[in-house]
Amino acid sequence: MTKKPKVFLFVPYLLWLALFVIIPLFLILYQSFFDIHGQFTFGNIVEYFTSGTYLSMTLSSFFYAFLITLVTLVISYPAAYLLTRLKRKQLWMLLLILPTWINVLLKAYAFIGIFSQSGSVNDFLAFIGVGRQQILFTDASFLLVATYIEIPFMLLPIYNAIEEIHPSYVSASRDLGASQWETFRRVIFPLSLSGVRSGVQAVFIPSLSLFMLTRLIAGNRVITLGTAIEQHFLVTQNWGMGSTIGVVLIIIMVLIMLLTGERKKGAAK
Amino acid sequence: MMEKRSFKWANLYLVFVFLLLYAPIAYLIYYSFNAGGTMNSFTGFTWEHYQAVFEDTRLIRIALDTLKLALSSALAATIIGTFGAIGIYYVKKRRTRNTLLSFNNILLVSPDVIIGASLLILFTMVGFQLGFTSVFLAHIAFSIPIVVLMVLPRLQEMNDSMVTAARDLGANSFQVLSRIILPSITPGILAGYFMAFTYSLDDFAVTFFVTGGGFSTLSVEIYSRARQGVSLEINALSTILFLFALGLVVGYYFIQQGLEKNKRKRTAVKDPTNHEKAVSPR
Repeated sequence: MTKKPKVFLFVPYLLWLALFVIIPLFLILYQSFFDIHGQFTFGNIVEYFTSGTYLSMTLSSFFYAFLITLVTLVISYPAAYLLTRLKRKQLWMLLLILPTWINVLLKAYAFIGIFSQSGSVNDFLAFIGVGRQQILFTDASFLLVATYIEIPFMLLPIYNAIEEIHPSYVSASRDLGASQWETFRRVIFPLSLSGVRSGVQAVFIPSLSLFMLTRLIAGNRVITLGTAIEQHFLVTQNWGMGSTIGVVLIIIMVLIMLLTGERKKGAAK
Repeated sequence: MMEKRSFKWANLYLVFVFLLLYAPIAYLIYYSFNAGGTMNSFTGFTWEHYQAVFEDTRLIRIALDTLKLALSSALAATIIGTFGAIGIYYVKKRRTRNTLLSFNNILLVSPDVIIGASLLILFTMVGFQLGFTSVFLAHIAFSIPIVVLMVLPRLQEMNDSMVTAARDLGANSFQVLSRIILPSITPGILAGYFMAFTYSLDDFAVTFFVTGGGFSTLSVEIYSRARQGVSLEINALSTILFLFALGLVVGYYFIQQGLEKNKRKRTAVKDPTNHEKAVSPR
């Protein structure tokens, strides 16, 4: 009897789970079996896997996401490691994370100015004698801006993972005669891999689906899976094909989660 | 010696990353004062772009709408999510609990486009008019899981014997909830509200999908303006938003700190299991 009010308060949450989590996922799968005229068809899936356009788009989207993840990792790992050795690390971390509170669109907008034909980067290139280049609306600018936006999302999990390593491991390693580099390679790096994994998850999956950057910064020269979905849903109104790409994106997402997730069985050994 | 030198290099690298992250924001703010009207050559100082922001009634209306949306959707998400977390915490079977938690996290890991597209299908199938309500519901939907994740750890930290004691002393479950459980998870609830609020403010992709055109948020508006090119009004607006975000984070930081202190003080007095603190002279 005494439990009743609690059960009643739990109902909205369960309703949310059903209505906004589970049903939409099924709807996107369901929608992928309909063509643009609302007829049931397997054509979308067949088209996706036979047309060169979709496959090459998927591949290039993958390639860009891979590059973005790699570059953010290379920049963030040393930064996260060095941060954990600072005195006021909490404050520094807060400062480095703060830009994530600025709207992504504003950051993208800043780069429109910075990379423009007469922007600062081009001024600098002209100054050192390279001459002005087309930077905005190129693949490179897309990579740069996407990397910039994703850095904090890589930084935070790695920092947390390194912070969680008990200092006695490091002391033990040093006491046993390991050099600083050996300690890093054999103790800190392996123990921080869980953070790297969650960082990769947090960067790779959104990188596959960035769609407004491809428009604002890459000028539609780069098409990610996200751009394709957005185009099909909001421009060509071909929801079936959009959903098919959505299903592919969900499958890729699940695969990445499985690949980068904690391997419980391995850990148990 | 060696140690010291490498440490300086370390600082240099951190300063580099720091500058990298802040440079675009600084750039935006700097040119918001440019009388020249472009984002490249600074010709003179002016406040006129800020004036333009405050005279732009459409922009002000959208900003207020965005704020209203964030405040209200975060409130709804916090209420549903808090009781969701309490519910999950009291689910007895570990298996069921883990399943609920993994379903909870689906929306956190799903790309925005997927959330947007699937909710668009949902709203159209039900025959829902796209506009404020659809955006409002979508924002509640993607904010709930983060609230749950913020509240759950506080529940796990809660002293369960307090609940048992309250029950033994004859408290009904409403009293247990309002006098014991809710006060002890308040920091988690506030953190959840704050996160939900910022999620809602920051969202672009989901809103872009489920807003029919009649309703716009700042992100959507900035997107459509940025597509037309540079206008320093957006720079001025982003400076204001930056200061707002800064104030929000700093304010939140102090509120959390204050709560932690309060909580420590109170537990020291009230919690009988807290021997060490109860015994120590105050």
